[in-house]
Amino acid sequence: MTRVLDVRDLRVSFPAPDGHRFFPVDGVSFTLDRGETLALVGESGCGKSLTSLALLQLVPPPGRVEPGSAIRLGDTDVLSLRGEALRHIRGRRIGMIFQDPMTSLNPVFTVGDQIAEGVRAHLPVSRAEARERARALLQEVGIPDPTGRLDAYPHQLSGGMRQRVMIAIALAAEPEILVADEPTTALDVTVQAQILEVLDRLRRARGMAVLLITHDLGIVAGRADRVAVMYAGQIVEEAPTPKLFAHPSHPYTQGLFASVPRISGPVTRLTPIGGTVPPPTAWPTGCRFRPRCPQAFEKSQLPPELLPVGPDHRMRCWLAEGKVGRG
Amino acid sequence: MRPWLVRRTLQAALTLVIALILLFLVVHILPGDPLAREGDRALTPQQTEALRARYGLDRPLGSQLLVFLSGIARGDLGVSIQYGRPVTGLLLERLPATLLLGGAVLLLNFTLGVWLGVRQAVRKDSWEDRWITTLSLAGYATPSFWLGIVLAAFVGVRWRLLPAGGMRDPLGTGGALATALDVLRHLILPVVTLSAVSIAATIRYQRSAMLEVLRLPYIVTARAKGLPEARVVWAHAWRSALFPVLTLLGLWLPILVSGSVFVESVFAWPGLGSLAIAAVSGRDYPLLMGAGVLVAGVVVLGTLLSDLAYAVLDPRVRVA
Amino acid sequence: MRIIAEALRTAWGTPRGRAGLMFLGFLVLLALFGPLFLPDPARQFDLDELSTTPPSVEHPFGTDELSRDVLSRVVNGARISLAVAALAVGLSITLGAGVGLVAGYWGGAVDALLMRFVDGALAIPRLFLLMIVLVVPDRVPLLALILLIGTTGWFATSRLVRAEVLRLREETFVRAAEALGASRRRIILRHLLVNAAGPLLVTATLGVGDVILLESGLSFLGLGVQPPTPSWGGMVLDGRAVIEAAPWVSIFPGVAIVLTVLATSLVGDALRDAFDPRGA
Repeated sequence: MTRVLDVRDLRVSFPAPDGHRFFPVDGVSFTLDRGETLALVGESGCGKSLTSLALLQLVPPPGRVEPGSAIRLGDTDVLSLRGEALRHIRGRRIGMIFQDPMTSLNPVFTVGDQIAEGVRAHLPVSRAEARERARALLQEVGIPDPTGRLDAYPHQLSGGMRQRVMIAIALAAEPEILVADEPTTALDVTVQAQILEVLDRLRRARGMAVLLITHDLGIVAGRADRVAVMYAGQIVEEAPTPKLFAHPSHPYTQGLFASVPRISGPVTRLTPIGGTVPPPTAWPTGCRFRPRCPQAFEKSQLPPELLPVGPDHRMRCWLAEGKVGRG
Repeated sequence: MRPWLVRRTLQAALTLVIALILLFLVVHILPGDPLAREGDRALTPQQTEALRARYGLDRPLGSQLLVFLSGIARGDLGVSIQYGRPVTGLLLERLPATLLLGGAVLLLNFTLGVWLGVRQAVRKDSWEDRWITTLSLAGYATPSFWLGIVLAAFVGVRWRLLPAGGMRDPLGTGGALATALDVLRHLILPVVTLSAVSIAATIRYQRSAMLEVLRLPYIVTARAKGLPEARVVWAHAWRSALFPVLTLLGLWLPILVSGSVFVESVFAWPGLGSLAIAAVSGRDYPLLMGAGVLVAGVVVLGTLLSDLAYAVLDPRVRVA
Repeated sequence: MRIIAEALRTAWGTPRGRAGLMFLGFLVLLALFGPLFLPDPARQFDLDELSTTPPSVEHPFGTDELSRDVLSRVVNGARISLAVAALAVGLSITLGAGVGLVAGYWGGAVDALLMRFVDGALAIPRLFLLMIVLVVPDRVPLLALILLIGTTGWFATSRLVRAEVLRLREETFVRAAEALGASRRRIILRHLLVNAAGPLLVTATLGVGDVILLESGLSFLGLGVQPPTPSWGGMVLDGRAVIEAAPWVSIFPGVAIVLTVLATSLVGDALRDAFDPRGA
């Protein structure tokens, strides 16, 4: 499998009112192979969106990516790029979809213009051809009457259609990687499944790698090849999807699964995870999940590394030291 | 859109009428007799009485007001004391010069001001950002009459780079092009003076409008698409940041009117402003009143146009 | 009052705010105590040698055409300009708050009448209005000038206060407090004071700068502060006749105006940011 993206030790910092910096993304590493889908799962405040923005150097100022972080796209070191070279990555090698299509699309430009613009930014085609490609993309994402819709404005389309347009825009310059930041969160449940279908279909057709960012475990099953769970700026567990669902090992992951209602199985009480998510300005010392962890013990006062729990399965928890060999 | 337009126009008309009544009252209720002197000469009581009768000032206040208002409706603003000619004619005569000055200042403010405001927003918190803010505030703090005097004295007289006053070279001959260039040369100092003291508002407004838009999610999308930065800033962000600044156009007029009074006076620019000054020194209150009426009309019109511009340009309002 | 102190402290924290506050503080001190240390310009007429002299050690700002020390005239002028501005602005704020309160609270016909009046008044540029008003009488004593400037500057403030009152009227916490027995009037007044204090302070600060510009302009036209009372605008006017030979006579008072109004703008801006952190 060709590796298309290699992120190592990514840290993103922001200035705090008292002058110090804090790290909403604190040492995240993952890889992405061609054609696979990696889901980055976590609650709000865990740093997953910032991670995705960092990939395109779109971290909003005064935030910045800390030196020591590495993002490699094939042979290219993304973090060292500036100007034209950086522009070349954005859209052309990595495409991105954002959460709320209503605010992520420019209200004064037509849908067709916004797609064609993305095409022309990277491919040397004429206006007419860009428009034709835009039409083809609209069709590919499943919008009925694509020709008619080219001249529509975003506010004239439904939420689901707008998100499809966003996907079309992201694919306009034919990137190798698609980053989808909570692509279905702002949509109705029925539409969510459709959008995920579209993403899947396009991924297979184009051989893209997909980084799917979400807080919803439900959409991960069956869609992602691998899952990485994030908490407090770090990845706390990662495994191939079936394994994670079968044997969630990190107490946080277990907590997540326990708090999600299931259709099958006995009707039990939902057990929420006690406590609240810590703010990025005040990560707990030692293991960051310790204050809320039902299995915390003395060693939890030391910050744990990512330790193996099984083949391809790691978690950031000292409990792994007792678990190796199982699973 | 139509019913709103009608309502808004009627509102503007009402505002204008109230402004005119106010102007009228202000003059007639104050102590001091506008007609007790003609220029600097004090008049005898009989002369004052004769003048009073001539101007219809011996009639009750109410009927004077009606005469005043109906006169305005007819376009009759009375007769100037010092020039002895109808005020309306005098005003119309001087209007083009002021429009030229005001128009040039507006043009400069809007192009330079918009450009600087956008630059500032894109380079927020940089040296350039801070300095442009401080400089434009210093400009606002500068009295236009003082700046005009200084510029006229140094650039105009001492260094002889540009004409120190007037609209045209009195000795000039030559065809239309030469005259136009001559006027342009004379226009430079007054425009620079008036622009320097008034550009701050445009820069500021554009900067904050741009900053608002640059924060929006669709700008992130535009960047994520790999669009050139210039396109993100001008085609995407500025498109939306322009609207609030365009609406400023109408609100500009009161400032330009006041500013032009000093600038025209200092540079001997033959427009409405210097006419107003002449009216002040000549205690020519019909002329001053007439100018006040014109100015109030211009201000109300400007505000109306500004509201209209906003309604027309915002596509969401259009569709609604 | 705590909010105001808080905001001032925040403003002091920013470099521009601090520069503005320092200059204003310095100016106020200068205006209050300066004339004690400087020669009285009114007594400097040296009838044998009425001439301008360039800036020197003895006369740091030079002398004007009547041999008066420009520096001390500028300092005396500061007294006048600041006093006029402060009093006029105080009057404007009071009137504006009062009218806004009445209009917002009573509503109905009173509100409509007042606001239509305000609309009409705002259509006439303040300078023009004052020019018209000041041209008629023979002499305008300083107090009358202050009153006139003050009564022409309350219109925008009244709108601001009125909007705030209207907003408060609709707040549920007002009704809740009422249900608990508090007087509606007092609740609104108290909350109004708290909420409006900030914007009013900003308006007042910026207003001082505006009035200084306005008054100096009027004085330049001969309509404002009358000689021999020194005023910056009047000094610029005096200096105009000798601008080529003795530019310092006009330049220094002008610079004084620029620095003062710049200081008020910087402080006003800093205060505005302090009250509304969202502002960029």
